[in-house]
Amino acid sequence: MSIAVRNVTKRFGAFTALDDVSLDIPHGRLVALLGPSGSGKTTLLRIIAGLENGDAGEVRFDGRDMSRQTARERRVGFVFQHYALFRHMTVFENVAFGLRVRSRKLRPSGEQVRARVFELLDLIQLRNQAGRYPSQLSGGQRQRVALARALAVEPSVLLLDEPFGALDAKVRQELRRWLRQLHDDVGVTSVFVTHDQDEALEVADEVAVMNGGRIEQVGTPEEVYHRPASTFVYNFLGNVNLFHGRVDNGTTRIGREASDHVVFVRPHALEIARRPTGANALRATTTHINAAGPVVKVEAITEWGARVQVEMAQERFSELELRKGEEVFVIPRDLAVFTNGRRVG
Amino acid sequence: MVNALPAVATPAVSESALVKWLLVAACVLFLGVFLLVPLGCVFAVALGQGVAAYFASFRDPDTLSAIRLTLLAAAIAVPCNLVFGVAAAWAIGKFEFFGKGLLISLVDLPFSISPVVAGLTYVLLFGSHGWFGGWLSAHNVQIIFAVPGIVLATIFVTFPFVARELLPMMSAQGNDEEEAALTLGANGWQTFMKVTLPNVKWALLYGVILCNARAMGEFGAVSVVSGHVRGLTNTMPLQIEVLYNDYQFVPAFAVASLLALLALATLVIKSIVEWRAAAVATSLERAPL
Repeated sequence: MSIAVRNVTKRFGAFTALDDVSLDIPHGRLVALLGPSGSGKTTLLRIIAGLENGDAGEVRFDGRDMSRQTARERRVGFVFQHYALFRHMTVFENVAFGLRVRSRKLRPSGEQVRARVFELLDLIQLRNQAGRYPSQLSGGQRQRVALARALAVEPSVLLLDEPFGALDAKVRQELRRWLRQLHDDVGVTSVFVTHDQDEALEVADEVAVMNGGRIEQVGTPEEVYHRPASTFVYNFLGNVNLFHGRVDNGTTRIGREASDHVVFVRPHALEIARRPTGANALRATTTHINAAGPVVKVEAITEWGARVQVEMAQERFSELELRKGEEVFVIPRDLAVFTNGRRVG
Repeated sequence: MVNALPAVATPAVSESALVKWLLVAACVLFLGVFLLVPLGCVFAVALGQGVAAYFASFRDPDTLSAIRLTLLAAAIAVPCNLVFGVAAAWAIGKFEFFGKGLLISLVDLPFSISPVVAGLTYVLLFGSHGWFGGWLSAHNVQIIFAVPGIVLATIFVTFPFVARELLPMMSAQGNDEEEAALTLGANGWQTFMKVTLPNVKWALLYGVILCNARAMGEFGAVSVVSGHVRGLTNTMPLQIEVLYNDYQFVPAFAVASLLALLALATLVIKSIVEWRAAAVATSLERAPL
């Protein structure tokens, strides 16, 4: 089922959580809402679910306006950040809940419920934990039960609020891959909220980057990473070096003077050389070298005192025989120029 | 849920054995003088003239009527406060609305107000010279110095108990599980019965037990509205006073022993409930399905 969000605004008192937000999510896609805390991503998810009502705008499922429908009527599967499992029910009862509360004529028989629940428990690999209570499970197991519970009712869309937020790094990694796999198997339109850019870029088909109640950019992970539409997106999706510059006849020149042109360069798009080449060869002195790891991280300081981070391959590093305190040239291979937050070159 | 681990004193905060035993002895002495001696005294006087005299006390029709009236008042007041308490705790614990602070204060009002004042308020409202007295007597409705007044006063005095027990728990649990139930297709009633209520059942039971104990033992408010009509509007505590003032010590203390037994039973049930609640919270192993 496709989701369309149209001009949704939501205020909590004086705070504007969502400011005229529109977003299209095609059928079967896995979309990440990515942003810092307070950017409105969870509010948007809850409005799609019907757990919150927008002050203005509408939410459409397959073109049908859902704004008047309650969470119950929308048939969404919602996975909460802190799982929200029913603590007095076993894993089996939790997963069966959505089937057992159906009206009498839609309710499956006990045997059907059992079959469906065990099918889902197989899917999340927790069949042997069916009789346990949520308090007896690990965080990752609880999250999987929450997912199975949401999938049991065959939801039209699956919404996940910071699904891995409360888990430790290793379990997180596993569950990410598992969620991607699950989505490919089940194929239900899914939206998940996260503040972790790695998670969004790794798992999602499409990423909507949010900031201050607005959507800054929507695109595939490659698009938002390589062609950020705003300084915010550039900053949020990984490390970046910031310079001031001016544009002469279509050529950007990085300089020391402050100007309204801001130049962004990713650490891996900077080269270190012994000789100056091109329009922007910045004279700099290396201040710190970290060669432990797959890439070498070099910190340098330009002649006007700006700090620069450079990442390079181990081979290039040994070729250069770089040392701390050396004078070198830092040359950007790829740069992005922004004026007033918008990309101009 | 009751989930506190027993405090284990680390060497840094543990006191010497002497201090420990002094503290324990002080507590035991205090409890003995103020609780156990009076309790023993009640039973000693009640049974002072033999078991036969003790049971004979309960053959007095006025005493029997007092016991019935107490049971009736509790049987009405406790369910009323159960419903009210759950509703109030649900509203306050799970929703944000204007005037919430005021509602919390109102729930606590019976705790902070003297029961005698509460009783007097009812007399001023429903008594023959009260605000509604004229209308009530014109329609032949007797509230003050009758059973309805006693029930009203009992409800007033006992209404914070259930709400107060549930509130902290409902606030702490938040709305997540309810929202999860709604997204899974449960309606409001199913959500309440299958999710909200089971999560607070032990606190609810605890509140009901305390509410019942107070409903049966209430003296001040009931005394004001009752009118002390023997055999008609005397509850057990009032009957005890009447008997005592008539120098009928054995019957007075016999009835008092019933209230004391009620208190002991309440304590036992309360302990069981707390133990169950803790057991549910900390249970680690359960039989598989």
